[in-house]
Amino acid sequence: MKYNPRVNEAVARVEGIANGHPYQPEKISQGALQILKTLSECLIEITGMDAITLQPAAGAHGEMTGLLIVRAYHHSQGRPRKKVLIPDSAHGTNPATAAMVDYAVENLKSDSRGMVDITALEAQMSEDVAALMLTNPNTLGVFEQEIHKIADILHAKGGLLYMDGANMNALVGKVRPGDFGVDVMHLNLHKTFSTPHGGGGPGSGPVAIKKKLEPFLPAPVLMTKSDGTLGFEYNRPQSVGRVRAFYGNFGMFVRALAYIQANGPDGLRQTTEDAVLNANYIRKGLEGTYDLPYSTPTMHEVVFSDKVQAKKGVRTMDIAKRLIDYGFHPYTTAFPLIVPGALMIEPTESESKEEMDLFIEAMKSIAEEVQEDPQTVLDAPHSTRVSRLDETAAARKPVLRWKPAV
Amino acid sequence: MRYLPKSPADREAMLKAIGLCSVDELFAPIPAEYRLSRDLKIPRQMAESEIVDYFRQRSRENGEGYTSFLGAGAYSHYRPVIIDSLISRGEFLTAYTPYQAEISQGTLQSIFEFQTMICELTGMEVANASMYDGSTAAAEAVMMAVRLTSRRSVVVARSLHPEYREVLATYATHQGMPLSVASFGDDGRLNLTEFEKLITPETACVLIQSPNFFGSIEDVAAIAEIVHRHDAMLVVSIAEAVSLGIVEPPRQADVIAMEAQSFGVPLGFGGPYCGVIATREKFVRQMPGRLVGQTVDRQGKRGFVLTLATREQHIRREKATSNICTNQALVALMVNIFMTVYGKVGLKELAKQNLAKTAYAAGTFSEHGKVLFAASPRFNEFVVQTKEDPYAINSRLLGHKVIGGFPLKKFYPELGNAALWCCTELTTRSAIDTAVGLVAESERSVRSPKEADVEEVTR
Ligand SMILES: Cc1ncc(COP(=O)(O)O)c(C=O)c1O
Repeated sequence: MKYNPRVNEAVARVEGIANGHPYQPEKISQGALQILKTLSECLIEITGMDAITLQPAAGAHGEMTGLLIVRAYHHSQGRPRKKVLIPDSAHGTNPATAAMVDYAVENLKSDSRGMVDITALEAQMSEDVAALMLTNPNTLGVFEQEIHKIADILHAKGGLLYMDGANMNALVGKVRPGDFGVDVMHLNLHKTFSTPHGGGGPGSGPVAIKKKLEPFLPAPVLMTKSDGTLGFEYNRPQSVGRVRAFYGNFGMFVRALAYIQANGPDGLRQTTEDAVLNANYIRKGLEGTYDLPYSTPTMHEVVFSDKVQAKKGVRTMDIAKRLIDYGFHPYTTAFPLIVPGALMIEPTESESKEEMDLFIEAMKSIAEEVQEDPQTVLDAPHSTRVSRLDETAAARKPVLRWKPAV
Repeated sequence: MRYLPKSPADREAMLKAIGLCSVDELFAPIPAEYRLSRDLKIPRQMAESEIVDYFRQRSRENGEGYTSFLGAGAYSHYRPVIIDSLISRGEFLTAYTPYQAEISQGTLQSIFEFQTMICELTGMEVANASMYDGSTAAAEAVMMAVRLTSRRSVVVARSLHPEYREVLATYATHQGMPLSVASFGDDGRLNLTEFEKLITPETACVLIQSPNFFGSIEDVAAIAEIVHRHDAMLVVSIAEAVSLGIVEPPRQADVIAMEAQSFGVPLGFGGPYCGVIATREKFVRQMPGRLVGQTVDRQGKRGFVLTLATREQHIRREKATSNICTNQALVALMVNIFMTVYGKVGLKELAKQNLAKTAYAAGTFSEHGKVLFAASPRFNEFVVQTKEDPYAINSRLLGHKVIGGFPLKKFYPELGNAALWCCTELTTRSAIDTAVGLVAESERSVRSPKEADVEEVTR
C-alpha cells in the first residue's frame, strides 16, 4: 500500500477546511476554491490534458462521467454510437460502467505479449464504436507500446480514446497520457495521490479531457470571475449534468494537493521511478520460482501465475493466505482474468529494499513449502484469530445484520 | 522525496540485481517521443511547515469563525472526538479493501455493525456497506427499482433535494428512463392527488425525500399506499440522518437511500460523505454495493466476509447491478462510531434538541417574517419568506459573521424571496436571536434588491 502522509490528515482537519459548508457564499469560500483550482492545474499538467472535473467520487464514478462525456460528444457530432471496446484484461468496472451508460460492450483480445492485439482492434473498429477504454499500463503492469497506433486507429474512424488512469503511479512525471493521444481519462486519487484507502474508500476520480470535450463537463465548472475571485459556473447548456451533489470528495482534494506539494516535480518523478523499480525487483527475485505468463517488461506491478504450484493442488488464494503467516498483506488474487490463477503484485514506492527482500524470501519459502508440505499452505493462515472463512456458506444463507436472540 | 524509504545506494543495488545500469531503462517500453524530458510545471517541493502554512492560509479565506444557518443536505452536528482518534489508526486509515477476510475482521465487523444499525434506524431488513453519497444512492436506488419492476419511468418529488434531482436526471437520461416531477402543495408536502395522476403502468418507482428539502415530514404511509396500489415501488431519500432519532422511519418504503453525513462526518465543503441503501431482504440480489455477511471459519468460529459478490462488477462485469467498486468505507466507519457513541437514547435526545432549537427559531422568525408551510410537521429546517431578497439579507448578515439561510430562488422561483434555514443542537439561542434581529431590521427598512449590495451567493 502507498503511504498515507499524516500531514495530509492534519491539514484536512484545519477548521475552515474541515467545516466549510458547500453552500456558504463564494465570497467566504475562496480558500476552498483556490484548493480546487490549484489541484486542477496540477492534475492537468500531470496528465497533459486540457481541462478537468473533480466531481466524481471514485474511479468507477469517473469512468461513468468520462463515458457520459464521450456519449454527449458523439451526440453533438450528430452521430451517436453504440459500442465501447474493452480489452479482456480490463478491470470489471470498465464493462460495468459501459453498461450503465447504455453502451454495448465488445471485448477486445490481448496478444501474446499482453497488449492490445492491433489486428483485432483494426478489425473491430468501426463507426459504431464510441470509444476504446484502455488501461495504461494495463492490469498486467504492461505499457501499451503501440499506443500511438491504437490512438490513430480509433481517431481515424472518429472514435475516442478513454484511458483508465488507475495505474498512473507508473507514469507520473515520466510520460503524459495527453501527449500520447488520450482524449478522456480518469485518475484515482486514492491510488496515485496518497489519499487513504480507508478499508475500501473514500476515493476520488477526477476526469481530465481534451479541449474539444470541455463543453460536456459536469456542471458546475470552476471559473475565475471578472473581479479575479473564484466561483462556479452553472450555466453549461451542453453539460452531461451533475454526477454528484456538491463538488466532489473535497477532503480528498486537500490530501492530494498536500501530497503533490510535499513531492514537487522531482519528488513525483522519483516516486514513479521507485514504484517501477520495486515491481521489477520483485519480478527478478521471483522469476523462475513462479510462472511469469507474460515476459513483456513490467512497469509498476507484476503478474505471476500459480501454474507451477497448481500441479501440487495449491492455488493463488492458498499462497496468499500463507503469506499472511509471514506477516504480509497478500497481493491481489485471481485478477486480471486473462491470467488463470493470477498473483498480481504491486509494491508501490513505499516499501524499502529490506521489506522487498523479506517479501521475496517469504514467497520463495512458500514455493518450497508447496513442494514439500502443501497441506501447510492449504490450511493457511495459521496465525490469525480466525482461520479460513466459509464464503460459500455466507452467500448461500446470507446473514447481513445482527439480530437480538429471541 | 519526502515519502521514499530508499537510499541512492539501495536503488543502485536493486538496479544491479535486476541487471540494469540506469533507471531510465525501466521506462524503455514507453516510446521515446512521448517520454517527458522536463520537470512537471507544478509547485516546487514544499517543507511540511510550508504545507501546513499554505492550508492554514486557505482556511482563513474560507469562512472561519462564522455562525451558520445552512443545512440543505449538509448538516453541522457535533462530532465526538473519538471518531478521529479511531479512524486515524493505520489499521483503518490505510487498510485495503477487506478481500482477505482473515486479516480484515476489524473492518468487516465494523461494516456489519454499520449495516445492522442502519437497518435498526430505518426499519429495513438489509443495508449495504455504503454508496458515494446521498445523491448517487438515490439514483442507484431508483435504478434498482427499475430492474426489479422491469418498468422504466420514474416519478420524482419536486421537494427532493434539487441537486439529487439533477444527479438522478444524469443517471436516468442516458438510460432512456423518463422522469416526471410531482409538485408540492401549499403545505410544502407532496400533493397527493396530483401525484397519483403521474403514476402510470410504466412507473417503476416514486422517489421522495422525508424530511423533504423544506424540512417538512412527508406522510410516507399515505404515499406508500398510493404507490403500492399501482404496483410501483417507493424509494425514500433521507438527507438528514439525525431526524431518525425522533421521526418515525419510513418503513413503508421499498428502498431507502440515505445520506449519513449528519452522523459524525465533517461538512468538508461537500465531501466525502456517506451514502447508503437499505431495503427488504427479498430485493437484496438487485442491491448495488458491497455487503458484509456473517459466517464461520474452519473451527466453527464466528467471522465476517464480503458476500453476495455475484451482484458486483468484478464478477459480473457488464451484467453487474452497478459499477461501484470503491465506496466510502472510512466515512461509514465515522458513522458507525457516531451511532455507537450516541446509542439509542442519545440519538433521541440529540434529535429532540434539534427539534427544540428549530421550533424556537421558527417561532421567533414568524414574529417578523413569514414562515412557510408552518402547519406541516418539520424536523430541523424551515422556510422563511421575506420582503427583501434573501441574497441581500445574507450579504448584510455576513458583515455580522452570520451565514443566513439558503436562498431558494434558483431552484424554487415560485416561492419568491424565500430561504431555507437550519438549526441543530449546535445553534445557540443567542445566535438565533441575533440572526432574527438582523433579518427583522432588514425587513423594517426594505430597500429594493437593486439598491442593495447583492452578492451572488454560492448556490
Ligand atoms: C484498473 C482499475 N480501474 C478501475 C478501478 C475502479 O476504481 P474505483 O474502485 O475507485 O471505483 C480500479 C480499482 O479498483 C482499477 O484497478
